[in-house]
Amino acid sequence: MLRATLALWKRDIVRFCRQRSRIVGALGTPIVFWALLGSGLGSSFQVGPSATPDGGYLEYFYPGTLALIVLFTAIFSTISVIEDRHEGFLQGVLVAPLPRSTIVLGKILGGTTLAVMQATLFLLLAPVANTQISLLTLPIMWIVLTALAFALTGLGFVLAWTLDSTQGFHAVMNVILFPMWLLSGAVFPETGASGWVQVAMFLNPMTYGVSAIRSVLTINDPSMLSTDLIGSLTVIGLFGIAMLVASTISIKSRHI
Amino acid sequence: MPLNNDALTVSGLSHNYGERRALSNVSFTVEQGTQFALLGPNGSGKTTLFRIISTLLPTIPEKVHIFGNDVTLSSSEIRRLIGVVFQSPSLDQQLTVRENLLCHGHLYRLRGKDLGSRVDQALDLVDLRNRSDDRVHTLSGGLQRRVELAKAWLPNPPVLILDEPSTGLDPGARRDFWSHIGRLRSEKGTSIILTTHLMDEATMADRVCILNHGTIVALGSPEDLVAEIGGEVLLIYARNLSLLAEAIRKAFNQEVAILNNCLRIERPEAHAFISDLVDKFSEEIESVTFGKPTLEDVFLHHTGKPWI
Repeated sequence: MLRATLALWKRDIVRFCRQRSRIVGALGTPIVFWALLGSGLGSSFQVGPSATPDGGYLEYFYPGTLALIVLFTAIFSTISVIEDRHEGFLQGVLVAPLPRSTIVLGKILGGTTLAVMQATLFLLLAPVANTQISLLTLPIMWIVLTALAFALTGLGFVLAWTLDSTQGFHAVMNVILFPMWLLSGAVFPETGASGWVQVAMFLNPMTYGVSAIRSVLTINDPSMLSTDLIGSLTVIGLFGIAMLVASTISIKSRHI
Repeated sequence: MPLNNDALTVSGLSHNYGERRALSNVSFTVEQGTQFALLGPNGSGKTTLFRIISTLLPTIPEKVHIFGNDVTLSSSEIRRLIGVVFQSPSLDQQLTVRENLLCHGHLYRLRGKDLGSRVDQALDLVDLRNRSDDRVHTLSGGLQRRVELAKAWLPNPPVLILDEPSTGLDPGARRDFWSHIGRLRSEKGTSIILTTHLMDEATMADRVCILNHGTIVALGSPEDLVAEIGGEVLLIYARNLSLLAEAIRKAFNQEVAILNNCLRIERPEAHAFISDLVDKFSEEIESVTFGKPTLEDVFLHHTGKPWI
């Protein structure tokens, strides 16, 4: 079973690396967002002293961009579920003697790996945003990014499995995923937002991802782990498990 | 309980899509090592049957068995026994031929040297060892079909199920593909079950099941089915088919079927009837073709309707 999961995981990685435009799209879009919005809004954006003392909006926006990269890569990787169905690859997998959960796990781990790889590349830009990540805290950052990527790829899988077209997937992406990102503390902080927005942010699992990333970027070594960070990680972990279960249920309930 | 040495047993299988009945009380058996064709026009139910046999479409238990295993209750055992070649491609176009086969092998828990040698054997079987490192999208349609065959055979299943395997292939590629299937059968003893709407593909099978509107209209070896009709067949081409048909019926008290572009007469010693016919209707008749009955005639004989 592990071998089959690894085979499907490897296939997704190889495919991604052979489609250069996907790398440019997944990494380029958030960087452009970050550079333009961060620089453009920088002078008119003010946050509390605890959020960003020196780097301004470019710094505030950095963790949100990291989350956006994870979101983009993780979710877009699951479009391949729809492509696999249309191109026929999926039918060959579905007649193999495998538990359905193997197929789900292979797909989700593939998307997770891609998202963490892309986010790691973006971490190299941290100094530009006046942000530091030490070698000591890097493993914690990877844990956070992996948990978030796993959960979001799971969400993408559920959406992709129930949809028939990539156009439909893009529509859902705009209606559900962009608001999820906007209301996550990535673009603006919770403080100062109106009541219903605060409630939506509280209920949004993405909020905990952005918050966890932000927390890791503010500590210098693992001994400074805050209860907030652990709490956020727990929420993301539970969200990930829920999405894995939902993905497995959806693959069992719909026949191609 | 079906005998374990039969490759496939279907007993009283029916299937509905909502209100629409796709299969109605279908029963047949495929003996081990034989080639069996499910022949039918579009909408005859053969694809539904294919999807049920290949475990993609669930059905009620105790209706379909492969080597004694129930497709519904033991789908994972069934999946170990079958290799499937789909009508649409199932290869990853971005991967090389070898990468596709390796990935597929891993899904069947094959690994290491065993997997490597099986991949080589499968590539040899379809004569594609020299293209193994090419990406699939660089291969012609015919070669891609051969990779599909290698992929389905890779885990060495005793039964191969093929859904309209020649779709999109030119005549040369089709002949080539079938010669590889023949090789697989003779060298490995694999049982072959295929769906098709092509008469010549069905004629190559040991036994044929002709489906129409979800029911079996004829079942047996192509030779027996054709022999059952007996006689000979005339195809008569003319400008006004319905007028001529009526005139022949009146003049000779002979049954005449009107097909899409000709009339069809089936009778013993039909060749002797040609001169009478042409004498009487020399103005109306443009040409007459004489032949032995084919599976197309079997279909017409049993359904009263021309093939497609």
